[in-house]
Amino acid sequence: MQIRVNGTAHEVDVEEEMPLLWVLRDVLDLTGTKYGCGVAYCGACTVLVDGVATRSCTLPAAAAAGKNVTTIEGLARGDALHRVQAAWIEHQVPQCGYCQSGQIMAAVALLQATPRPSDADIDAAMTNVCRCGTYGRIRAAIHAAAQA
Amino acid sequence: MAITRRGFVIGGALAGGGLLLGYALAPFSNLKRARALEARDGETLLVTWVKIASDDTVTVIVPHSEMGQGVHTALPMMLAEELDADWAHVRMEQAPADPAFANGALARGYLLGEYDVPAALSGATDFAMRKIAEYLHAQITGGSLSVRATGVAGMRRTGAAARWMLVQAAAQAWGVPASEVTTEKSRLFHTPSQRSARYGEMASAAAAFDPPGEVPRKPRERYTIVGRSLPRFDIPAKVDGSAKYGVDTRLPDMLYAAVRASPVFGGKVASFDASKVAQRRGVVRVVEIPGAVAVVADNYWRAKQAVEALPVSFDGGAATSHSSDAIFAGMEAALKTGGLKKDYRFGDAEGALRTAAQVVEQTYRVPYLAHATMEPMNCTAHFSDGKLEVWGGFQDGLGARVQAAKFAGLPLEAVTLHHTAMGGGFGRRGPTVNYLERAIQIAKQLDRPVNVIWSREEDMTQDNYRNASVAHIRAGLDGSGKPIAWLYEFTEKHDPAEATWIPYGIANREARYATGTDPIPFGPWRSVDNSHHGFFIESFVDELAFAAKQDPYQYRRALLTDAPRHRAVLDAAAKMSGWDSPAPKGRARGISLKESFDTIVAQVAEVSVGEDGRARVHRVWCAADPGEVIHPSGIAAQLEGGIIYGLTAALYGEISIANGQVVERNFPDYPMVKLADAPAIEVQVVPSGAHTGGAGEPGTPPIAAATANAVFALTGHRVRALPLRKHDLRGAPERWRPEQGGNDEPT
Repeated sequence: MQIRVNGTAHEVDVEEEMPLLWVLRDVLDLTGTKYGCGVAYCGACTVLVDGVATRSCTLPAAAAAGKNVTTIEGLARGDALHRVQAAWIEHQVPQCGYCQSGQIMAAVALLQATPRPSDADIDAAMTNVCRCGTYGRIRAAIHAAAQA
Repeated sequence: MAITRRGFVIGGALAGGGLLLGYALAPFSNLKRARALEARDGETLLVTWVKIASDDTVTVIVPHSEMGQGVHTALPMMLAEELDADWAHVRMEQAPADPAFANGALARGYLLGEYDVPAALSGATDFAMRKIAEYLHAQITGGSLSVRATGVAGMRRTGAAARWMLVQAAAQAWGVPASEVTTEKSRLFHTPSQRSARYGEMASAAAAFDPPGEVPRKPRERYTIVGRSLPRFDIPAKVDGSAKYGVDTRLPDMLYAAVRASPVFGGKVASFDASKVAQRRGVVRVVEIPGAVAVVADNYWRAKQAVEALPVSFDGGAATSHSSDAIFAGMEAALKTGGLKKDYRFGDAEGALRTAAQVVEQTYRVPYLAHATMEPMNCTAHFSDGKLEVWGGFQDGLGARVQAAKFAGLPLEAVTLHHTAMGGGFGRRGPTVNYLERAIQIAKQLDRPVNVIWSREEDMTQDNYRNASVAHIRAGLDGSGKPIAWLYEFTEKHDPAEATWIPYGIANREARYATGTDPIPFGPWRSVDNSHHGFFIESFVDELAFAAKQDPYQYRRALLTDAPRHRAVLDAAAKMSGWDSPAPKGRARGISLKESFDTIVAQVAEVSVGEDGRARVHRVWCAADPGEVIHPSGIAAQLEGGIIYGLTAALYGEISIANGQVVERNFPDYPMVKLADAPAIEVQVVPSGAHTGGAGEPGTPPIAAATANAVFALTGHRVRALPLRKHDLRGAPERWRPEQGGNDEPT
């Protein structure tokens, strides 16, 4: 089947039910998208599928076929970071960093849908787990990115 | 070679020009373990290394692992400050897991260019000495040690020594007194003669001088680096997906493995039928290892699907009978039986209890907790030509390498350990590395590298857990409500020893504990014993304040007349929270105070209880005295993170055991605080200038009690068994029923 990732079409020979996460990580070697729980709870695997924040650990590859998938590796334009990434650096958000690819992708999708999110919008959209507890900085960085 | 009381600086020329300096510790030969290691390895341990190249680049070699706590930035800052380095030219390298360089002879080999880079170990403040002795030959990243030990002992001394040598070199080159040479931003100046030079230009000449002994440190008011929130080195790679964690290890010809271990700890594999999955697409091998089976495949998902489909039966043996209920009953019985071990004793607590005007007595308990790092346990291993290479995240790289050699049955020299980024540590990637052991057992049966990844379910059910514990506490109050006796009994003591200590001025104090009550594998969990003693002690002190009919903040404060640092921190938290003004409608505040890892932390939590009967924490005010502050943003981040970690446990965290197995298998069963239910946290650091405390752990211990105390203030429900979600907090509690250990009367 064909999966379009970060603007490039890839022909992949995988089981239809293989989750998109593992196609990205183990077949296409895009390891920025992380495995956290495999049950769509933690959000470490969040990518954009046609612009929508999606937990890739439970999305069958077949469901992503023919769609545009964006991963953390596809966010910057050359050396120019996405404004969400830049806000993440400005606010020194990550600690261990493992969840942050997913957090950033969720924030990108939020700002695309809601350019000036309220705290309540952020609460509703940002359902990813961070065990290091960076939530306060994530909130601040999203507000900053919205102003950027 | 200059000798100081505990250690010495060694140095030499850098190949290709430049200066190399290291700080080495003298051995601690009075300890058995130290002696055993010394017999093999010699006499010194390197703490810190710095290289100053002719192009001015300053490379600081850090012996600790980065797991988000910021040490890869904070430690070089401490060195660069004393060196007067230009921060723009400072780089960081993590020391490899190699004990060779903990050896004086081999360190000299390094200086002669025979080795690449040295390894290292923690430092030597007075408090840390005991810890270091325990962890000799370990590069432990835990106990919040990095900054307070390595930074204080090694980084500062080495930076100051390097600066001293550069000054000597410039003075000689210019024919001027060293006392007239000044430094700033990696440059040397002799103002009277208008001369200056870059550090890089003088680095080779500096290497000709003998390193000094103790060099006076820079006075704090002249700091230009320490105390600033400089951008962390590790962050850019964590926002573009390029940071490589253990799970991201990719090697030529590499396979993936998924494991399924006996769900009963210590159980055996009784039987399995490999033929049922062997023909699946991508499956390479089905292997048996002690207590577990694994499927090796060409990608992880195929391995995981196959191992879950594999028919296997385990024999858990006698351990199958373990259950949380029975374990807790055993703990309570052990406390009643007596014969407890002495923890500490001042005065005569039992005698004072008999003379008290009022006795307060309560029992508390906390469940097992899993670490649940975001990155599940994993390790990549490869045997070839009688050698073993491993890749993964380890809080103690050198210790992990020693264990890898043992698991593999190879000499240490045959094992190479490659550090990766760590997706969370919290103690899980510290001393108990069962994920390393399983990876080695699997790799031993293969001739290709294998990335062994645990599913979240394996990660949660095969952890080494924060122990469950029960505490039975009695206090005697005099006629004014002031405590005169404190008798503290609890189950199982791990680490650190002072976790049971109380700062309050109570004349008669005794603590004692039961052992042998806990059959579940233990591992250090962020703040270790402090995590539950913070809850027990600070909940009970709140109960004493209630019994004395006094305000919980003022009650504590009055008991801290001989602990001015603690009182200052408590005052700061109360003031931040507006303690003396009423909480918003439908909310109440609770206060708590706990010192751990030499940092004193007080927290106020503001809670409400929803229609579902569950507590919600809206705000937390946190005051902390860590002695001094290296990186303000970093310490705030660590305290914030410690609060969220502790709050997750207080509200939701429970690992329970049934039929010898962990019941909770994934996040839906072991829920996490998410952004929407995370409180707004305000941190205020009130540095006293005392010696440097830790940052990674001290935020965690106070939050459970602050929250439970706020719940009591709001509802009258006194929660004595965590987690809070197990309690329906709706309505006023029933009246005081001491015979059932029931709830207190609401205020």
